[in-house]
Amino acid sequence: MGNFIIRRILTAIPTLIAISVILFTIINLAPGDPLASFAADPRVPEAVKENIRKQLGLSDPGPIRYVKWAKSMVVGDWGNSFQSRSPVGTLVKQRAGVTLQVLGTSLLLAIIVAIPIGILSAIKQYSVFDQVATFFAYLGNALPTFVIGILLILVFGVHLQWFPFIFRTNLDQTGIAAVGVNIKQMVLPVIVLSFFEMAALMRYTRAAMLEVIKQDYVRTARAKGLAESRVMITHAVRNALIPVSTILGLRIPTIFAGAIITESLFRIPGTGSLFISAFQNKDVPVLMALSFISAVLVVAFNLVVDILYGVLDPRIKYT
Amino acid sequence: MSAPARTVTGSVPSVAIDTLALRKPSRSLWSDAMRQFSRNKLAMAGVVVLTVFVLMTVFGPFVWRTPKDAIDFLAAKSPPNFAHPLGTNDLGQDMLARIIWGGRISLAVGVFVMFVQITIGVVIGAIAGYFGKQADNLLMRLTDLFLALPVLPVLFLTIYLFQDTARRSFGPTLGTFLLIVLVIGTLTWMPTARLVRAEFLSLKQKEFVEAARAIGADSSSIILKHILPNVLSPVIVAGSLGIGAAIITESTLSFLGIGFDPSTPTWGRLLSESRDFLDIAWWMAVGPAAVIFLTVLSINFIGDGLRDALDPRKNA
Repeated sequence: MGNFIIRRILTAIPTLIAISVILFTIINLAPGDPLASFAADPRVPEAVKENIRKQLGLSDPGPIRYVKWAKSMVVGDWGNSFQSRSPVGTLVKQRAGVTLQVLGTSLLLAIIVAIPIGILSAIKQYSVFDQVATFFAYLGNALPTFVIGILLILVFGVHLQWFPFIFRTNLDQTGIAAVGVNIKQMVLPVIVLSFFEMAALMRYTRAAMLEVIKQDYVRTARAKGLAESRVMITHAVRNALIPVSTILGLRIPTIFAGAIITESLFRIPGTGSLFISAFQNKDVPVLMALSFISAVLVVAFNLVVDILYGVLDPRIKYT
Repeated sequence: MSAPARTVTGSVPSVAIDTLALRKPSRSLWSDAMRQFSRNKLAMAGVVVLTVFVLMTVFGPFVWRTPKDAIDFLAAKSPPNFAHPLGTNDLGQDMLARIIWGGRISLAVGVFVMFVQITIGVVIGAIAGYFGKQADNLLMRLTDLFLALPVLPVLFLTIYLFQDTARRSFGPTLGTFLLIVLVIGTLTWMPTARLVRAEFLSLKQKEFVEAARAIGADSSSIILKHILPNVLSPVIVAGSLGIGAAIITESTLSFLGIGFDPSTPTWGRLLSESRDFLDIAWWMAVGPAAVIFLTVLSINFIGDGLRDALDPRKNA
């Protein structure tokens, strides 16, 4: 097992390097000069431009620039934002809190709601409950996040006015009141973000559960006279959740994508909206750093999932 | 697939009549699939809705002659009425005309992305599955690598960095279109490749492939003429579901303001524009939301219907 973990980490490193090479190549294949605005200035003499290029290492060959870039990425020196002139690391840190708050809540909600529904749906296959649940899962899968978001804002934000639909971090209230307002303003974004996740998670849980229920050991458990609830909870569900836990890890990239959309929709000042504003302002250092962070997270979660898989399912042998 | 028992009507002991009777209900895989597909109500509803939308986007501008970008401030933000069945936006532009126009782009993006992803997926999957060993190892590593890429950030980056070049070379709309189709296609071929690889792995060991090899067929003709036709049905299913996913991705990009010019009214862009007027002009949101929703839902129903019809093993 320990051996496997080490080997798995060692294979994650090439993946990460390959992704960073791809990102670096995309940036460098792109037309346009990083010093474009500067180079166009006629007051700057040619020799000075050349010196600045040399100083910044822009005239180095690609591989050398890649190594330099990768080194500073790993060390955490992500450069300064073109727009706000502050270090990218600080910017990301400032924004990450809100994003994690919304993402975490949605993911938790999705797990708490979707897994029991998926299990019940499978136990009572073809019942009315199953059909309704499957229908909603289907809707959640076919409806893009931003369509759900707009419709929810229209109904609950504008028409019924139950929840605010613009997220604020500079609340007027303090103490308990602020907590209340914060919860209230998180309701719509969390629903939007978790709806899509719920749909997927419920479908996977239902499928995994249906698979497990047919197994011989479930029949054996029933045959030896265990109560049905006991058969389901200790025998079926535990095994059905193994594939579900891996799916959860593999869906991290889609959850990030969902976060970008949700944050733009509700004007949440998190990393997703930082990404969009960086895009609109052509803020390359921020774009690079955020893309790289999400790539690292994706690879890391894949790693965790693989290791978790072994912990949860002792039948898997690592050779 | 088990051949259904054929009942020969009459008992005339003639060879000629017998073969005629056998030939009459010629049931190929495709006609069988068609029959089962047409029995699926949801899938047929999807076909109807999608056909209406396709006809609307292709012929709509000839029937509904209100121009998509004629500005009329006097009629700005007017709710649905006789002159503007879906209302107007903040500039008084007709929403119906804009939705029809946007549909052209959304549907075209969906279809072309599907072709790109299927082409890449089938080529990579076929090579990996058929040749195995080193090729398989290398290509599957590549597939895993692409699966690990964070799709939305990479889409952002590539489109941002290359859109000026694309626009300069092919014109603003066509350039952006080609770029978006290529980039989305390049980031979504992996499931198809895995599927095709798995099918190739199992099919290449079947007797008919061995027979083809025995009569001297070379690899390319075995792949193209013998194995590929057998892989077609799962690829069709994956492709049809891919269209829906591509439409969602494109409208997500437009919604976030990436890609096409603001003057090009894609569905995502229309929905995005409605955000600032949700409290006073709900019709600006409901029209585009409804068409995106109905299109993607129809495509998914059709895809599921095709899966049930073409792949009887899956829905056991």
